[in-house]
Amino acid sequence: MAFADSDGPPDEPLIPQAVKILIAGGFGAGKTTLVGSVSEITPLSTEEIMTEASLGLDALDGVEAKRTTTVALDFGRITINPELVLYLFGTPGQQRFWFMWDELATGSLGAVVLADTRRLDTCFSAVDFFERRGIPFVVAVNCFDDDKADSYDPEEVARALGTSPSVPIIMCDARRRQSSKQVLIMLIRQVEALLSIVS
Amino acid sequence: MPDESSSNAKPNETGSPVRPYILTWGRQNCDVVRLDMISVVIAARSDVDETALEPEQLAILRLCGRPLSVAEVSAHVDIPVAVVKVLISDLIGRGHVLARAPYTSQSPVGRDILQAVLDGIRRL
Repeated sequence: MAFADSDGPPDEPLIPQAVKILIAGGFGAGKTTLVGSVSEITPLSTEEIMTEASLGLDALDGVEAKRTTTVALDFGRITINPELVLYLFGTPGQQRFWFMWDELATGSLGAVVLADTRRLDTCFSAVDFFERRGIPFVVAVNCFDDDKADSYDPEEVARALGTSPSVPIIMCDARRRQSSKQVLIMLIRQVEALLSIVS
Repeated sequence: MPDESSSNAKPNETGSPVRPYILTWGRQNCDVVRLDMISVVIAARSDVDETALEPEQLAILRLCGRPLSVAEVSAHVDIPVAVVKVLISDLIGRGHVLARAPYTSQSPVGRDILQAVLDGIRRL
C-alpha cells in the first residue's frame, strides 16, 4: 500500500477530530444544495439503520414498539485544518424522522434550519426540535426562487415560525458558496454568543 | 381505535439488509468498539495479512490510507453505517485501524474549536 514516505513519520498517524453541523429543513428546501455548495467533496449519501422509538401514537399500551428503519443521509466535508474536520449532515425533514435527529444531534455544534418560503410549515418540526433540545440554530431562508427573493423579510419569517428574537434569520441562496458560507458563519457566531451567556 | 385487534406485523417492512448482517457474523453492537458516524479512522500499518480479512474489510482498509469518517467509509463501500461500524471495530480489534472519537458537546464547545471552524469556513 502506498504510504507517504515523509521524512520522520510519527509512530502514530495524526488523526483529525470531527465536528458536525446539521442542515435541517423540509423536502426540497435545498439542504443538499447548501451542503454541496461548501463541501470539498461531492455530497455523499449513506444509509443508517436506526431504531425508531415509539412516539405518542404507539404509547397507549406502554409497550415499547420499536422497529428499525433505514434512512438515507447526505453529507459533505470541510477540512478545517490537519486536526479538525467539519461534516455537514442534511437531515431528513419529515416529522417521522425525529427519532433520528436525536442520534444525529448528539455532539453537533449547531444546526441550520433551511426554510422554503413557499412551505414554511415544513420547518416547524425542525425549529421545535432544536429549541427543545437547546441546540443552537439559525434559520436560513433559501431564496432560490429569484423572483420572490425580496418578497419576505426576516421579521415576517420569524413571526411565521414563532422563533425567539435571539434566533438569527438570514436570507440566502444555497446554490452560492459565498451565501452558504455566510449562513455557517452566522451559526458559529450564534454558538459563540450562546456560550457567552452560559459561561 | 384500532380496527383490527392483532396481527399487525408487516413482514419485511424495513427492508432489513440481510446480507450486510451476514457480513458481520450476526453481531451488532455487543462486542464492538463504540464508533460514531463521524469517528475518524485511518489504517494503522502496512503489513496486513490480506487473506485473513473479508473482502469488504480489505476494501475499507484500502480506503483508510487517509483519514475518513465512518460515514464516508460507509458511502464509499456502499454498506450501511451500522454494518460498517462492526467491520471497522473488528479491524481496530486486530490492530489494523486506528480511530479517533468525534468532538462531543457534553460540555460546552471550546472557543478554540469554534474559532478554528470559523477560520476554516472563511477560507473556503
